[in-house]
Amino acid sequence: MATQHSRSAARFMMAPSVVLLLIWMLVPLGLTLWFSFMDYRPQRGTFDCCVGFENYARFVTSSSFQDAVITTLIMVGGILAITVIGGIFLALLLDQPFWGQGVARILVIAPFFVMPTVSALVWKNLIMNPDNGLLAYLWRFFGADPVVWLTDYALFSIVVIVSWMWLPFATLILLTSIQSLDSERLEAAEMDGAGAVARFWYMILPHLARAITIVILIETIFLLAIFAEIFVTTGGAFGTQNLTYLIYQRVIESQNIGLGSAGGIIAVILANIVAIFLMRIVGKNLDA
Amino acid sequence: MARAVSPQRKAMTTIVVYLIAFTLFFPILWTILVSFNSEAQAIDPPRVLDGSWTLENYTLVQERSDYMRYLWNSVVIAVGSTLLGIVIAIPAAWAMAFVPGKRTKDVLLWMLSTKMLPAVGVLFPIRLVLIELDLLDTKVALVFILTLINLPIIVWMLYTYFKEIPGEILEAARMDGATLRSEIVHVLTPMAVPGIASTILLNIILAWNESFWTLTLTTIDAAPLTAFIASYSSPEGLFYAKLSAASTMAIAPILVMGWFSQKQLVRGLTFGAVK
Repeated sequence: MATQHSRSAARFMMAPSVVLLLIWMLVPLGLTLWFSFMDYRPQRGTFDCCVGFENYARFVTSSSFQDAVITTLIMVGGILAITVIGGIFLALLLDQPFWGQGVARILVIAPFFVMPTVSALVWKNLIMNPDNGLLAYLWRFFGADPVVWLTDYALFSIVVIVSWMWLPFATLILLTSIQSLDSERLEAAEMDGAGAVARFWYMILPHLARAITIVILIETIFLLAIFAEIFVTTGGAFGTQNLTYLIYQRVIESQNIGLGSAGGIIAVILANIVAIFLMRIVGKNLDA
Repeated sequence: MARAVSPQRKAMTTIVVYLIAFTLFFPILWTILVSFNSEAQAIDPPRVLDGSWTLENYTLVQERSDYMRYLWNSVVIAVGSTLLGIVIAIPAAWAMAFVPGKRTKDVLLWMLSTKMLPAVGVLFPIRLVLIELDLLDTKVALVFILTLINLPIIVWMLYTYFKEIPGEILEAARMDGATLRSEIVHVLTPMAVPGIASTILLNIILAWNESFWTLTLTTIDAAPLTAFIASYSSPEGLFYAKLSAASTMAIAPILVMGWFSQKQLVRGLTFGAVK
């Protein structure tokens, strides 16, 4: 159908987007890759090429890297567990008939639109502060000692704060998916005597499988990069330093560019492993 | 969808749903309530609800920290990067939707892959380039960077919307002798406007809340609301009420826009994989 003429026009029209993204991807990444093989510490005036894989070796063997990996895994895993399981439950609930569906949806989805610095600081101060926060008040009301959330349970607190933002996201996507399920088939199954659990397990869950996978993959990509919430609450202290934050500190705070760049490349590789799976799913969907 | 259920069950569901919905919304509601109280009330939860209220926090935030400047920066960065992205993306999405080649799918997926690049991995080079160009802490730099960050999503969203426009209409227009230009202006654009509008809306939201680049590349001049709010992480004296007022103003416009774009959100953030 497409003529030669329209083909070349199409190429011409795609060019700006493609070229810009190509530059955006290749130039900074190339620089990071280059720096990662250098001893580059601006404050000391060192700019020496090339130290081979020394930065990588030092980064990977440092105890802060191992801690950061564990923290990242707990953070991502915890938030995924809360948001996916909670999201399935909430989506099923919101799919039931009830009064005032529009308002309920608006209330549930709202946290997703709150900017990360606002949600982190509101939780840190108004809710979790051990002297004046709401939870402290509640604890005292019941005669208990207030919990110092962001010091004693810092990682857990950040998991809660970030989950609060992503639970609505998971809910919204899973609800959209549930609503595309053929309700007549469900009713037929009910008539045939399939119980609620059986219907959930054999019909709803398989239908949701793809949406759940997509939620997990997209959230993982964003959650690996959690930054602002840590930046404004603990500043990476009390065991909340994830991989992103560790690299940020190496590059910006301790100004060890070589080491930080090696970390950056490792983060890129890790993110790409997740990305490959996501792309497969999205790619399949393109064919359909 | 109207399944027949007993009114009792419907009432029960309603109660449970609203309990949960209210709990999830509560931190936002509380922030709004605290913002209308004095600082002394704000640190004593029961007194927040004692019925007295004030607008002084809103005026204080503006007087002490020049709130309007941060707001303006946010608006320029969010709207600027979105519009620039749209202008760049429309031709690309149009071409991929209507003149698909063998590699269209690969190009789309490759664009998506750039979105997955962890920002922290390229933070230093970007800073270096901006310092060399004397663009660190400028709105221009942030507009460009957020354009590039969100360009894959913009192209994808537009692509999925354009895909839904039936190709036959275009062929009919071509038969009638429409040129490429008039095809775009008179046939395609009117049908594409709703999709473009939703794309703009979602991307303004994403750009408004973006808080890696806005925190790491700005200090004073170009700092948007994300960075302004972050400055409350090490405050002096009582600040809960002022933090709440600043937060309320920062999230209110986006909450309203977000509520209007729920459906597009699903499509945009799943790259069309869930509709």
